[in-house]
Amino acid sequence: MLEASNLECVRGERRLFADVGFRVEGGEMLFLQGRNGAGKTTLLRMICGLSRPLAGEIRWKDTDIHSLGEEFREELCYLGHLNAIKEELTPLENLSASAKLAGETLSEDEALDALEAVGLAGREDLACKYLSQGQKRRVALSRLVHEKRALWVLDEPFVALDVAAVGWLAGLIGAHLQRGGMAVLTTHQAVDIPAGTVRELKLS
Amino acid sequence: MIAAVGAIVARDLKLAMRRQADLVSVLFFFIIVASLFPLGVGPEPQLLKKLAPGVLWVGALLATMLSLPRLFADDYRDGTLEQLVLAPQPLGLTVIGKVLAHWLVSGLPLALLAPVLGIQFDLETDALATLTLSLLIGTPALSGIGAIGAALTLGLRGGGVLVSLLVLPLYIPVLIFGAGAVDATVTGMGAEAHLSILGALAIGGVFFAPWATAAALRISLE
Repeated sequence: MLEASNLECVRGERRLFADVGFRVEGGEMLFLQGRNGAGKTTLLRMICGLSRPLAGEIRWKDTDIHSLGEEFREELCYLGHLNAIKEELTPLENLSASAKLAGETLSEDEALDALEAVGLAGREDLACKYLSQGQKRRVALSRLVHEKRALWVLDEPFVALDVAAVGWLAGLIGAHLQRGGMAVLTTHQAVDIPAGTVRELKLS
Repeated sequence: MIAAVGAIVARDLKLAMRRQADLVSVLFFFIIVASLFPLGVGPEPQLLKKLAPGVLWVGALLATMLSLPRLFADDYRDGTLEQLVLAPQPLGLTVIGKVLAHWLVSGLPLALLAPVLGIQFDLETDALATLTLSLLIGTPALSGIGAIGAALTLGLRGGGVLVSLLVLPLYIPVLIFGAGAVDATVTGMGAEAHLSILGALAIGGVFFAPWATAAALRISLE
């Protein structure tokens, strides 16, 4: 269970948000909304522990995430607005490298299967610099196919994807929620997640 | 945990092999600096022998510094660094992996190239051996200490110059004992003392500096 209370964030002279709190249980998704610059990405980075709030606390299973450290990171999967893929490596190499760096074991069959699921079959061995923007995003998303971690934090996951891929990803998130997983995400698109409870949080 | 260090070394080596221009430019810089000196000061064996340790060590040090800004910059730009910070192993271990990979593609080839360049300075065999050994021991310290500077200047404009300013004072002990080891061999005094201190600096650079680097990376990412 992920819980946050009284979060406050100040950037320079500006207060982005104050007194923000939420609660996400297994099988639930938190949908962050807000105009550009409202602090959605900042809040997502706080949930991951990448930056610290000025005030307030984020708790995972009733303990502060910063004191949990590695225990929390083991259950977290973060997909930022940057793809975190290497242009020089092929999709297959990128996927297996990121799994290894995250401390997971991913067999080659599973990796190929994940790339096929995101529609990159036949392009596994092409360096990522030759792929289109949407295809690069798909390489980044292929990490999620076999991802078993409990909490997914996704920053604009639907950007640059075509309609079919948006539907596929919504289904993947739905399946994750059905397994009892949690998700926090931002998007400017209207997307139907087929399963699980959706909570909304509006930053203003 | 060892697997995680291995994974990052393997990935960085693979990337370095796909971007060989970076690797070659560092080695070329070292070759150019070390080759211009004998041409510039003239063919006087005694003078060249006296200059050799300092020139070769300064060349290797500057070449290492040239490659430092790239250590974390690419990972920072494409978002991989965030993933590394969020990986379940301690960030210090990840940094040790990055430092090892950096040494394998910069320090190690520099050390192996040095004896060939040393011949231009009329160095004897035992001095060439000490030069290689001192670089093999000293360059890991350069990579480890340099990583702190690279992490602190991440995302800043003109970071390259700033890295040099930050790191140079910390490099001076390595330079003094590295060049000193070769000098001691040339003058027949034996290099053990210099090499021992260099070894201590290398252990500090590879196993302790990464924890400072990890803290600097967290600050840069906030």
